[in-house]
Amino acid sequence: MTFANMRATTYNDTVVRQFAIMTVVWGVVGMLVGVIIAAQLAWPELNLGIPWLSYGRLRPLHTNAVIFAFGCCGLMGTSLYVVQRTCQVRLFSDKLAAFVFWGWQVVIVAAAVSLPLGYTQGKEYAELEWPIDILITLVWVAYAFVFFGTIGTRKVRHIYVANWFYGAFIIAIAMLHLVNNAAIPVGFMKSYSAYAGVQDAMVQWWYGHNAVGFLLTAGFLGMMYYFIPKQAERPVYSYRLSIVHFWALIFTYMWAGPHHLHYTALPDWTQSVGMVFSLILLAPSWGGMINGIMTLSGAWHKLRDDPILRFLIVSLSFYGMSTFEGPMMAIKTVNALSHYTDWTIGHVHSGALGWVGLITIGSMYYLIPRLFGQKQMYSMKAVEVHFWTATIGIVIYIAAMWIAGVMQGLMWRAVNTDGTLTYTFVESVKATFPFYVLRLLGGLLYFSGMVIMLWNTYKTATAGRSVTVTIPAAIAHA
Amino acid sequence: MDILFLLIPLSVILVFFILGGLGWAIYRGQFEDIDVEGERILRDD
Repeated sequence: MTFANMRATTYNDTVVRQFAIMTVVWGVVGMLVGVIIAAQLAWPELNLGIPWLSYGRLRPLHTNAVIFAFGCCGLMGTSLYVVQRTCQVRLFSDKLAAFVFWGWQVVIVAAAVSLPLGYTQGKEYAELEWPIDILITLVWVAYAFVFFGTIGTRKVRHIYVANWFYGAFIIAIAMLHLVNNAAIPVGFMKSYSAYAGVQDAMVQWWYGHNAVGFLLTAGFLGMMYYFIPKQAERPVYSYRLSIVHFWALIFTYMWAGPHHLHYTALPDWTQSVGMVFSLILLAPSWGGMINGIMTLSGAWHKLRDDPILRFLIVSLSFYGMSTFEGPMMAIKTVNALSHYTDWTIGHVHSGALGWVGLITIGSMYYLIPRLFGQKQMYSMKAVEVHFWTATIGIVIYIAAMWIAGVMQGLMWRAVNTDGTLTYTFVESVKATFPFYVLRLLGGLLYFSGMVIMLWNTYKTATAGRSVTVTIPAAIAHA
Repeated sequence: MDILFLLIPLSVILVFFILGGLGWAIYRGQFEDIDVEGERILRDD
């Protein structure tokens, strides 16, 4: 069967361009909200007494903005670029692709309005109320249609490994979203979860952890497997290992969620299963990390003068660090110390700022000039500055949270000889103050790097023009 | 923990789909000549 997109002679880069621009814009917005709430933790008066600006409402706005606005725009944009380039065919449907872009922007704006107003399902990373959830479902189905339709009409027989990662991300998120958001609406913007008590908690963290696994890991690994080889101009270190990496990762991720619920009403054996699978995950994660970094084997000098490659490779070292730290924190005895402390926040941000942030930023610096017919970004000096502000910012951020977290854990568990608690809770809060200020400093640095990127993107886009790229004719394995 | 009667079957069904995908990839020759596949993306632009 022949579809219209198979006869097209050019790629659809319009939607990629839109997503690329919005990735940078939403990155700035989401990180600005992050900086604001970091400041509120140090100085609570900064909520100015306005309910819409209170920490409890802005915090979900921050997480939704960075994960679903910045992260997902990056994933959607790059996946629609990579699938066309590796399949050598235009997107399956231009109209659906446009719907995916505009629909997703409506979702983001709806989140930005409804969360400060206080509408929430009360589920972490799934706060959005049911009308928005339905829109997400529609957009997601369209996205899957465009992506898999393009794969189905590909001109290259082999499906490049990055597409497998993107595909797994799309399918898994669809299933997780549907199951976790099952709710009974009792009015416009108000619903009750279909599950209750510990059942609800289990569904929530089955969702929550797999969102980390399939969105924040598998999706961005798709980015990694395309943009690192392209920027380094070398094939991935071991293509064979990349395939093993993929299958091993997606077979094991689904079972690790219970580690978010150690020492709760969840049955002990369920907690232990979650812990064991979390430990197993270390193997595929590190296999993939080594595979990515070793792509530079024999060409390490490129790191010296290519800041984009540095973004991509340093992101992998944060990926390795986070995927080591994660399984360690999933061990019950370690978790007894780390859980509910700022150590968790540090862990999340070493993954979010370090891995997700840097790999997206690096990929965008590769992509944006090409989408506007430029050789490179308007200012490579600014890319260099961005790299250092971001990296130093992350290091300050996570070091502050590590110290704060371990300190809190130790203070909370300290007991006197007569069995009473050594410290009151508020004493641990007071002791954390300097680390909250340090964290704000780290966040500010990272945010300022993102502002530089926005300026650089604007300059690059206005210096160039939207180009239409022709699909290369006749390739092997057609 | 009735919820496990939903989550475990769902995850098992997913695993079957993953197995199906793996089987498809193996038997439809996706992995037959993978030494050149890593390099192909560098030539394609």
